Amino acid sequence: MTEYAVVVIGGGPAGLAAAIKAWDSGAESVLVLERDTVLGGILNQCIHNGFGLTRFKESLTGPEYAWRFIEEVKKRGIEVWTDTTVLSIDKEKRVFAINSERGVFSIYAKSIILAMGCRERSKGALNIAGSRPSGLFSAGTAQKYVNVKGWLPGREVVILGSGDIGLIMARRMTLEGAKVRAVCEIMPYSSGLKRNIVQCLDDFDIPLYLSHTIVEIEGRDRVSGVVIAKVDENRKPIKGTEKRFSCDTVLFSVGLIPENELTAQAGIKLSSQTKGAVVDQNRETEIEGVFACGNVLHVHDLVDFVSEEAEIAGKSAADYANGVRGEKDCVECVAGESVGYVLPQLIDRKGGENVKLYFRVRKPIRDGEIRLESGGVTIFSKRKKIFTPGEMESIIIKKEDLAKFDSKSVLSVIGG
Amino acid sequence: MFDVLVIGGGVIGGCVLRELSKYSLSVCMIEKESDVAMGASRANSGIVHAGFDAKVGSLKAKFNVLGHAMMEDYTKELGVKFERNGSLVVAFSKEELNALYELKERGKKNGVQKLRILNKEELKEIEPNLSNNAVGALYAPTAGIVCPYKLAIATIGNAMDNGAKLVLDFECESITKNGDFFSVKSKDDREIFSRIIINCAGLGAQKIANMAGDFSFQVKARRGEYLLLDKNQSGFVKRTLFFAPTEKGKGILVSPTVDGNIILGPTADEVEENFTDTTTFGLSQIQDKAKVMTPNLKLSEVITSFAGARAYCDRHDFIVEESTVVRGLINCAGIESPGLTSAPAIAKYVVEDLVLKDVEGVKKEDFNPTRRPDDFFAKLDVDDKNEIIKREPSYGRIVCRCEKITEGEIVRAIKVNPKATTIDGVKRRVRAGMGRCQGGFCQPQIMEIIARENNLSVFDINKGSKGSYIVKEITK
Amino acid sequence: MRKRIICTECPLGCEVEVELTNGEVSNVIGNGCIRGKIYATNETLSPKRMVTTTMRTDNGVMVPVKTSIPVDKTLVFDVIKLINKSTVKLPIKIGQILIKDVIDGVDIISTACLE
Repeated sequence: MTEYAVVVIGGGPAGLAAAIKAWDSGAESVLVLERDTVLGGILNQCIHNGFGLTRFKESLTGPEYAWRFIEEVKKRGIEVWTDTTVLSIDKEKRVFAINSERGVFSIYAKSIILAMGCRERSKGALNIAGSRPSGLFSAGTAQKYVNVKGWLPGREVVILGSGDIGLIMARRMTLEGAKVRAVCEIMPYSSGLKRNIVQCLDDFDIPLYLSHTIVEIEGRDRVSGVVIAKVDENRKPIKGTEKRFSCDTVLFSVGLIPENELTAQAGIKLSSQTKGAVVDQNRETEIEGVFACGNVLHVHDLVDFVSEEAEIAGKSAADYANGVRGEKDCVECVAGESVGYVLPQLIDRKGGENVKLYFRVRKPIRDGEIRLESGGVTIFSKRKKIFTPGEMESIIIKKEDLAKFDSKSVLSVIGG
Repeated sequence: MFDVLVIGGGVIGGCVLRELSKYSLSVCMIEKESDVAMGASRANSGIVHAGFDAKVGSLKAKFNVLGHAMMEDYTKELGVKFERNGSLVVAFSKEELNALYELKERGKKNGVQKLRILNKEELKEIEPNLSNNAVGALYAPTAGIVCPYKLAIATIGNAMDNGAKLVLDFECESITKNGDFFSVKSKDDREIFSRIIINCAGLGAQKIANMAGDFSFQVKARRGEYLLLDKNQSGFVKRTLFFAPTEKGKGILVSPTVDGNIILGPTADEVEENFTDTTTFGLSQIQDKAKVMTPNLKLSEVITSFAGARAYCDRHDFIVEESTVVRGLINCAGIESPGLTSAPAIAKYVVEDLVLKDVEGVKKEDFNPTRRPDDFFAKLDVDDKNEIIKREPSYGRIVCRCEKITEGEIVRAIKVNPKATTIDGVKRRVRAGMGRCQGGFCQPQIMEIIARENNLSVFDINKGSKGSYIVKEITK
Repeated sequence: MRKRIICTECPLGCEVEVELTNGEVSNVIGNGCIRGKIYATNETLSPKRMVTTTMRTDNGVMVPVKTSIPVDKTLVFDVIKLINKSTVKLPIKIGQILIKDVIDGVDIISTACLE
């Protein structure tokens, strides 16, 4: 069986950065498996700018950001197989995949890096009543149609969900000549960036209906309209608040889900909070030598952080393949008050390096205190003016503090 | 001029068409939609009923038991998945439990075998996720599940492979009898002639009969709404779980599907013809009832909801007979549950007892009863797969990542009988777009493949019905 | 004249009020920090936007493009119209200028390579 030191599953931003870092960290051989025909993943259809501000101190478009990494991969001569779909992986770190050239085949890897990204939550999961006509798209599918294929789905649009993809698509459809009638958001606040609310909605006078959702879809062949309604604090529609919009297209931007079918199949433990694998700070999963990074691990809001995390996984994977990783001593780190999730969920006390802990709050909080406690001891504390669920937060734990971690530590945001 | 014309491309029409194609007859099917199996066969529970429900002596009872006995061989020939998973009618009270004994008795009279009443402990053992409030159940180990639209597609495909003709997008406007043959005209002015007409038009069966001059029955529509759970819930229940039956039917069930999903539903309310909108009320009703049956149900794993409208008839039994007023018109109407189970038996009866007494047909020696299943590729072992990929590299390109469907399989669904021409058509044949992302990733590519294989523009490709375009125009 | 602007510099989203006298900013209130003041002033006097869109190529596929610098907000649709009127020849390199001076001093630049 063919053997590689590091096999990276996925050639999007996470996979590319991980592969480069694994190579640079001395991995003898690195192979990237990508199901699409080209590298770059979802960045290829994100033609708007705003990527790379943290990493490159420039505002790049998605394809530009991807290109920088693709060039680095090419420069190093890292092996890439495109049009190749991984079917399964197992505990022996065999990767089973399929492509036209090799048929169904398997590869043995010393380390595997999972970088499959995420997918959009589908409209079907929302249980919206009404007909099932055409014209209902997840925002990302519409983005692919408009930006990559050059096909306009329709001319009158209602968007459900005010996450960044929904907002970006509101502007994009408008620039291509469509009329966006409304953006509805079931929560009382938008999870999208303020900049996107201003530049994608306000600039074009597109109304944002907060605490509203779509309650009915109309139209037999093609969607012809939707009914929206205000929701109460339990997100249940309030009778009598219905409003109808006619439209030929509805976009759903209702959340992203890490795509972990391969992970789950391999028997790797998933977190119910992130829907991604449970990992330590090296991004190593429950199975030794299997690492995960990027949106397959938890949904990031900035690609810059995906790259950063992928590099951690890339280095760890190379180290593992080279047999230079030492003993581990992992303890749990869990989400406390107002915190939706913490990543990594496991802290290796013998890690020997500073640890960046990522977390997300459950609801907007003003003037809160981030506090990390373990065994009655406060390991870290810091105040911050604003926290929003849309914004991933991070704190850095100093390496000398790792010894202070008890069997279980709790990260909370207090106040607000 | 055809010997026999089947009106309606559902599972009844499909089985009839296949049965006809065994004989030296020229046969044709017309369907008003752009694909077959677009009515009640598209959206129903897919249960192969054991046969204890139907009233003793009714056509329902007769065809149910006969059809049930045929189903295993029938589906095997056609390469359609059938699973004898067994069913449980679950009682939640003493009264309901008593009613189960009556049901069992009725089953016995109908000729159903192996029926057994299970007590609470036995139930818990075989269905651990069943509610603790269940006090007992009628167990029918012979009951099964099948995919209703796949059965319809396979029967029609097999009939076409054996010489039958299929005409899509043919919506009947008039039927006139000229001496010993019928002239059937479509809304867009096409005309087909046939000596015999078999009316399998489901919800449209009354309209068709009326057009031909038969006003002897009424067909009404009943809507059933459903929820479908992700395949990751596979195994949550193994058997089909029914509540004790009421006047309106068998009520809401919790059942596995042959594809490994869990299906919940149906509701049952009277609607106008083919009104298949789901309702907030209906969907929440299903969730509530299903939770009563199986409280651990993970409703967060719902991947889609849908509704189907099915026909029922004012006679409250199947109508399977030659019209008493119009000679040569055979009506298969009001085929409600257990219609799917009964379909092969109804078809056999219709052809052997009704058609062949009027037209002469001899059994074809070259009739091929088998059809290669649309999902044949997935079932192959690695060496066989690789053999195919070597010959046809498109079988090595995965298009639908959730269901792992390759380009080769999609192209095949577009090329073999009955040819898929729509996004939904591809989805129903090979499951591309059926998974958890519901086509989010693969729809653009599937659309391009359909367009490419048919020399069409992507703007001509529909989701399902005419007018259900996906993309409108080029940007710029 | 007063203008209300939501600051987009950080997630706080301060509501900033800018007072204009004779076309000049005379006062800024409501901002939480200096960045807010600068943003609100610019957004009041001359709001600018990067334009990103796609452009037709001679084989029918679209190439993603951007403006070389942010353009006046009021000119966004004019820029889009000019881009939509044009077709470019393949191959295209990333960073290649596809339209020089689409409007004063603004170029249209390819953001991807296309063979």
